[in-house]
Amino acid sequence: MIFEAAFWLPVAIMAPLLAALCAFLAPQRMSPLVTMIGAAITFVAVGFLSALLVRDGPTRHPVGGWGAPLGIDLAADGLSALMLMLTAVVGAAVALYAYGYFNFPGHNEETKQRYASFWPLWLFLWSALNALFLSRDVFNLYVTLELVSFAAVALTALAGKPDVLRAAMRYLLVSLAGSLFYLMGVAFLYGEFGVLDIDQLKKGVTTAPSLAAAAGLMTVGLMMKTALFPLHFWLPPAHANAIAPVSALLSGLVVKGSFYILLRAWLEIFYPLSHTGAPYLLMGLGGVAILWGSLQAIRQTRLKLLIAYSTVAQIGYLFLLMPLLFVKEQSALALTGIVCFILAHASAKAAAFLSAGAIQLVTGDDRIASLRGLMEMQPLAVVAFGAAGVSLAALPPSGGFIAKWFMLDASLAHGDWLIAAIIVAGGLLAAIYVMRVVAPLFRQPDDAVLHRLTLAPKTMTLSAFSLAVLALLLSFAGIAVMEMLSIGAIGMLGIE
Amino acid sequence: MQTRDIDRALQADDDTRLTRPRLFVLALTTALVAALATAALTFPANVGRLAPLAIDSLPRSGVLNPVTAVLLNYRGYDTLLEVAVLLLAIVGVWAIAPRARIWFKTPDTPVLATFVRLLLPLMIVVAGYMLWLGADEPGGAFQGGAVLGGVGVLWVAAAVWLPHAGRPFWLRLLLGAGVAAFVIAAVGLLLLTGGLLQYPPEQAKTVILVIEGAAMFSIGVTLAVLFIGGYPRREEEK
Amino acid sequence: MIDAATLYTLAGVLLFGMGLYALLAYPHLLRKILAMNVMGTGVFMVFISIAYQGPTQRADPVPHALVITGIVVAVCATGLALTLATRIQALTGSARLETDEET
Repeated sequence: MIFEAAFWLPVAIMAPLLAALCAFLAPQRMSPLVTMIGAAITFVAVGFLSALLVRDGPTRHPVGGWGAPLGIDLAADGLSALMLMLTAVVGAAVALYAYGYFNFPGHNEETKQRYASFWPLWLFLWSALNALFLSRDVFNLYVTLELVSFAAVALTALAGKPDVLRAAMRYLLVSLAGSLFYLMGVAFLYGEFGVLDIDQLKKGVTTAPSLAAAAGLMTVGLMMKTALFPLHFWLPPAHANAIAPVSALLSGLVVKGSFYILLRAWLEIFYPLSHTGAPYLLMGLGGVAILWGSLQAIRQTRLKLLIAYSTVAQIGYLFLLMPLLFVKEQSALALTGIVCFILAHASAKAAAFLSAGAIQLVTGDDRIASLRGLMEMQPLAVVAFGAAGVSLAALPPSGGFIAKWFMLDASLAHGDWLIAAIIVAGGLLAAIYVMRVVAPLFRQPDDAVLHRLTLAPKTMTLSAFSLAVLALLLSFAGIAVMEMLSIGAIGMLGIE
Repeated sequence: MQTRDIDRALQADDDTRLTRPRLFVLALTTALVAALATAALTFPANVGRLAPLAIDSLPRSGVLNPVTAVLLNYRGYDTLLEVAVLLLAIVGVWAIAPRARIWFKTPDTPVLATFVRLLLPLMIVVAGYMLWLGADEPGGAFQGGAVLGGVGVLWVAAAVWLPHAGRPFWLRLLLGAGVAAFVIAAVGLLLLTGGLLQYPPEQAKTVILVIEGAAMFSIGVTLAVLFIGGYPRREEEK
Repeated sequence: MIDAATLYTLAGVLLFGMGLYALLAYPHLLRKILAMNVMGTGVFMVFISIAYQGPTQRADPVPHALVITGIVVAVCATGLALTLATRIQALTGSARLETDEET
């Protein structure tokens, strides 16, 4: 049984969920321990699942034994396995960091009490993300989306300050509206085609008005949650004002969840509409997001807001290649580029937020102006930020570089010079905002500042550093990602 | 917060004039409604969708009420995640507001408290009956849970008995019982049959009722705790 | 000729639009939370109306089950939103979310 990939699909969802329950029931001081045990089991499940997937190919688990269309199917292909691994690795690094962050002296009792909720919330989020990456049922995906949003909003609110509560409220409202748009889309799909399973829909869809309505509703809903320009307005305040480990989870993983559904929905359900210009519209919005988000990032004076606007920009890249996904010759290359970008951005952005959090604990504020001379004080955090910046600006050798390489390759082969130009321009703008942060770090520090500095614990800087190293190492993973995606994901397009 | 405060807050916000941005929003939503309505008119009539399959599979589901069969058997996994949503909401609420803003005190007259005390056991029986009925007729864990939630709200509002501020273990246990029963059943069946939530048809009804029973109490208590909006809190004794 | 079920579908779509308008147009959080619930009710109504658009007199049980799940999620969302709103009111003295969405 344990040597079949299908066995591990539900385990990857149930293990963190059961751990979340235990973390809720156990006394608060036990929560980190419970989290560690749950994380270890989840790691084993994801590891077995991925290894067996490579050996045996795509797998499927009909929950309750009914099978689609009556029941709900879980399924994994190369794409879902990559997302599961990403979540596990980034999540584990963030959890390690969070442990150091919460034990940092200077938090009062009430704050500590609030931070204790981080552990069950993070486990809920992990379980929900795994469920999202594995579900094949459009309504079940709605439930996972809501689990993800509730956990994300509650995590955002952990910072407890009025600003962050307002940001969390806005995030919750946008997120709920997005979910309701998505759910209305599900209603239209069920009304027209009478099934909820993605594979059944893939076989049955026709270009009915309801399909267009569902596509519009679900795309807008998921755009809200993914924060694609112009629906990004909620993201910077939420991501910048949350505590650092939460910012890393939100920017690194949570926005990728809704994008993942959007990607699958277009490739597997809405593909008859690929010639309507909708993919070009998404591409256009992505292009604007890159330029506008980068310019905003350059203008910021607060470090975490800068990183948050960088997320707004980088989300644009996910949509930039939408039309190419439907061009037979470029589809595989475009998908590989997008997935490499997801992996690179998640690790680099999480590393950036984590190192920013470590630096912020040291300097006591969030202004870029106070960063002078920190290289001498916190070399590991600074190097981590620099390495993450290399990947964000897509300089070689980094995961960002290899992702954009695939993207450029696909767009030039198709003769899309405009896309190529935006990719290059976005990289240059990213280099500028990264330099705005990195340059002062190497300047001579003020003596007065040096005296009141306390250093961030090693667990924090080390986990930021290891994620940054991962972002660089991903530059050698391009072919591996492509091979992984060839397990059922490349060619998931409904028309072949 | 008293209802008076809410009224005043809303009145201050009663500016419903159609300003230019609102006209823009109005135009946008009208266009959306028009487009969706046009599409909705084209739904195929006279197709069975999943209904025939759901009805035909009833004999293997362990229950006779088709809605319960969908909720607890065919799509039981949805319901499992949904019970997790309920628990997550509590964890979220407690993370946002550790202490409830309102505290509750027993009214000066003993009528309400006595009434609620008498009502609680009666409503537990009613909820249990609705749960039992749900297997074959309209009813089920959510309806029963809603009844318990209702009496729970009365219980809290009349402050019949509340724990001091905090999160006692028994309360957490009640809140987590639904998820616990569901996940343990799901994983147990996974290990036994190799399928998550795959009930053996002969035992299906028993398993469903046990899960539903635990879920019902959790739903009821969750609703009452959501009503409090924080840790339970009694009026401070002076 | 529009039958009763289709009329309910249209009403559901209209409720969805009305909720969306109020959600976007009014700054007070209580209104926004209510608006979101109206939107949700619209979606649920569309689901239920679909259940009665079949060939038989017997309603389709699947949308009913989906709606029960949806309602529970909506209750949780409302609870979470109200807690956040009261917290904001307590800390800032105002429960409004400024209308200039673009900040």
